Amino acid sequence: MNKNQKLDVLEILKDLDKYEPRRRGWSWREPVENLEMAGNVYKDASKPLKNSTPLPAAKYFGNIDPQPIQVITSEIASGRFEDDIRRMRMAAWHGADHLMVIRTAGQSHFDGLIEGTPQGVGGVPITRKQVRAQRKALDIIEDEVGRPINYHSYVSGVAGPDIAVMFAEEGVNGAHQDPQYNVLYRNINMVRSFVDAAESKKIMAWADILQIDGAHNANATAMVAWKVMPELMVQHAINSLFSEKVGIKKDNIALSTVPPTAAPAPDLKINLPYAKALRDFFSDYKMRAQMNTKYMESSTREATVTHVLNMMISKLTSADIQSTITPDEGRNVPWHMYNVEACDTAKQALIGMDGLLEMVELKDEGYLPEKVRELKERSILFFEELLASGGYFQAVEDGFFIDSGIYPERNYDGISRKINGGIGANTVYERDEDYLAPVTAHFGYNNVQQYGLKADDCPSILINGSTFEDRSKIQYIDELDEEDNVNVRLETTKKYLNSNIIKPEVEWAGDGVLVVDVTLPTSTRYAEAAALEIAKHMNLLDAEVIHKEVLQDAEATRIQVKGRVDIEIDLTKLTLPKEPDLLSDSEIRDYINEHPMTIIAGTVGEDEHSVGLREIIDIKHGGIEKYGINCIYLGTSVPITKLVDAAIEANADAILMSTIISHDDVHYKNMKKTHEYAVEKGVRDKLIIVAGGTQVTPEIAEKNGVDSGFGRGTKGYHVASFLVKKRKEMNEN
Amino acid sequence: MNTKKVREDDYLKRREHLKNLSDQELKERFWQLAEQAVKPLVDLAYKNTSPAIERSVLLRMGFSSLEAKDLVEKVINHGLISKGAGHVVYRLAKLENLEIREAGMMLINDKGFDKVKKSFEVNKHE
Repeated sequence: MNKNQKLDVLEILKDLDKYEPRRRGWSWREPVENLEMAGNVYKDASKPLKNSTPLPAAKYFGNIDPQPIQVITSEIASGRFEDDIRRMRMAAWHGADHLMVIRTAGQSHFDGLIEGTPQGVGGVPITRKQVRAQRKALDIIEDEVGRPINYHSYVSGVAGPDIAVMFAEEGVNGAHQDPQYNVLYRNINMVRSFVDAAESKKIMAWADILQIDGAHNANATAMVAWKVMPELMVQHAINSLFSEKVGIKKDNIALSTVPPTAAPAPDLKINLPYAKALRDFFSDYKMRAQMNTKYMESSTREATVTHVLNMMISKLTSADIQSTITPDEGRNVPWHMYNVEACDTAKQALIGMDGLLEMVELKDEGYLPEKVRELKERSILFFEELLASGGYFQAVEDGFFIDSGIYPERNYDGISRKINGGIGANTVYERDEDYLAPVTAHFGYNNVQQYGLKADDCPSILINGSTFEDRSKIQYIDELDEEDNVNVRLETTKKYLNSNIIKPEVEWAGDGVLVVDVTLPTSTRYAEAAALEIAKHMNLLDAEVIHKEVLQDAEATRIQVKGRVDIEIDLTKLTLPKEPDLLSDSEIRDYINEHPMTIIAGTVGEDEHSVGLREIIDIKHGGIEKYGINCIYLGTSVPITKLVDAAIEANADAILMSTIISHDDVHYKNMKKTHEYAVEKGVRDKLIIVAGGTQVTPEIAEKNGVDSGFGRGTKGYHVASFLVKKRKEMNEN
Repeated sequence: MNTKKVREDDYLKRREHLKNLSDQELKERFWQLAEQAVKPLVDLAYKNTSPAIERSVLLRMGFSSLEAKDLVEKVINHGLISKGAGHVVYRLAKLENLEIREAGMMLINDKGFDKVKKSFEVNKHE
């Protein structure tokens, strides 16, 4: 796969009836001890990727892209799996290797498998065809990035075992499975949920699927999130031990753990003891560190900081899988760029904190261990009362769970479910003595002896192998709904796939959505109304305020408005700015040898920035000195006149002016002044003037009188190449 | 509305029997309690089945999701789910010397249930 080529979604959708997954089971990253990259040594890193997009600052470090040791999760489920496929590629290039698909609203209550490819709401309808298409795409993507990608969805609801079978057959690598989730949040009957869960888990064990529990939802649901800490440990224990008893190996049992609170609460003071207590008690299992979403608002910045603080806890304790919640989840179903941002946040934070525990350790006396001990004891007390009340089911009926008191405090406001109530109540049947299920990976009583098998023989021998042994027995259904399917949807969007026609896009091909970020010098209410009015003047359709932030109640409000545009751009009709035509290193060096060159350099205006210009000049950064160009550096805050006067005095060939501050276009104004002063001094036609800075756009710089402008990402050879070419040109004239 | 009063945090009183346990003993106690809570749940699952479990058995036997759903509903209506839906199909296949899918299709078309019931010595309807 060529990185400049788009994934061919239409091709992926072909021949899915014949698709076979290439493997089963979960993949962890490959640790590399003392990984060395560009002179840095990493303690907790994993095998680098073949292809990836490094962090923005990587360009200062030889474009390295060190990968943390934790598997990184990205949740992608826009409702249209065909568009999510492309986003999965974006996320994988930014370091995600666990792609999780949230199910469409209502799938938990669907009694059986959904087939075909209907559009989802708040998630994707998980079907065999959809799973095959995405797994097939991930085969291509994992080859491209050079690391196995785990595909994940949910085994829950009233069709858990059905879904587990389909996942086992289709090579799904990870799944949420926790009967308590059904009971507490989906009001599915508890007896049914646990009976079904045992079968689901047995199937998942056969398929080597990593299981993640659902306890983190208690945190998101509870009225006072951090107070559920003792009961969270109980919930984790029930699912983990139940899974183990049913046959899942410990390495495939992962806790979904969330730091329960967030700033302005003292985040680490509450979250760290909890994380430590949990890891002490659950040392045999894997940790999937989810981030706190309970307090997530529409500020993507705030969500990002919460994420980073949560990762500090991961680093101070442990995490096998690091989740990323997209920072826009508080305001919309996540968009492409926020999945990518979240992956980058995880990579940046985890790599940034590489080797943390080699330098600091958690204290073993004082506040931390005391709190840890207290949480553990509270969870034990919870278990004691749960058993005294008559066991798990009775405790749920009595409303033990999601109570807003910190146990043993109780406010009696927990979620209560009836043992005989809920969806699917009274649908559990006791197996007769001659009960049989002639299939592989069936949990519980199974009388195979009546047909001459031994108790531990595989029951599917009776039918010459189940679908788990013989894939050709799987019945593939393509589509059931003639209107609601991917083919119909693609009719309207395929003009944007692999074509020269593009439209803005945040989640679906051709959605046309964009965001306007506007700061208005007024109060929130007026700012909101004004922003919508501005959106109207900008011809934004369906404009909606998705974020507002008070800068000061009377002075200003920041508003983000999303809207839609019906603007299509034909790429073949665009005129692109010319790409720099660069001379080779030896061409530059040879020319400078024969024609020595002197330049005057400095940062102009009242500006103390020096780093950028020094990188362009200094030999140690690969700057222009290395070609033998004589550089006279005047420093920062250099007046324009001094720059030109110094050039005259040194008989220099060129001026390199650095202009970082761009407020009120002062950078362009300074370029113009320099040009005019050189004209006034009568040296302009002999002197090359070059301006550079992070906010410099070459075309605008040239309009302001300089010979060339250089923006973000400029290297010494870009400038040297230009200087040589320009001088050659001047000599010819 | 729950009318019970709030229960104050009496952690310090309740923890008396735990406070002298070592960290290791505390951990062991936690998992012993978990064991006690989980055991009845595992036993329950061992002895029982459900429509979803039976559908999942039929899927593994080579039926589509639509066929499995249909079959399980019919098996429940004929009072045979406690034998296992897969078992019903398997039994008919044995009795009639049919392929598994052929037997399933017969049952979907409401044929063969009487034979199966007779062989299971089950006579109840609905």
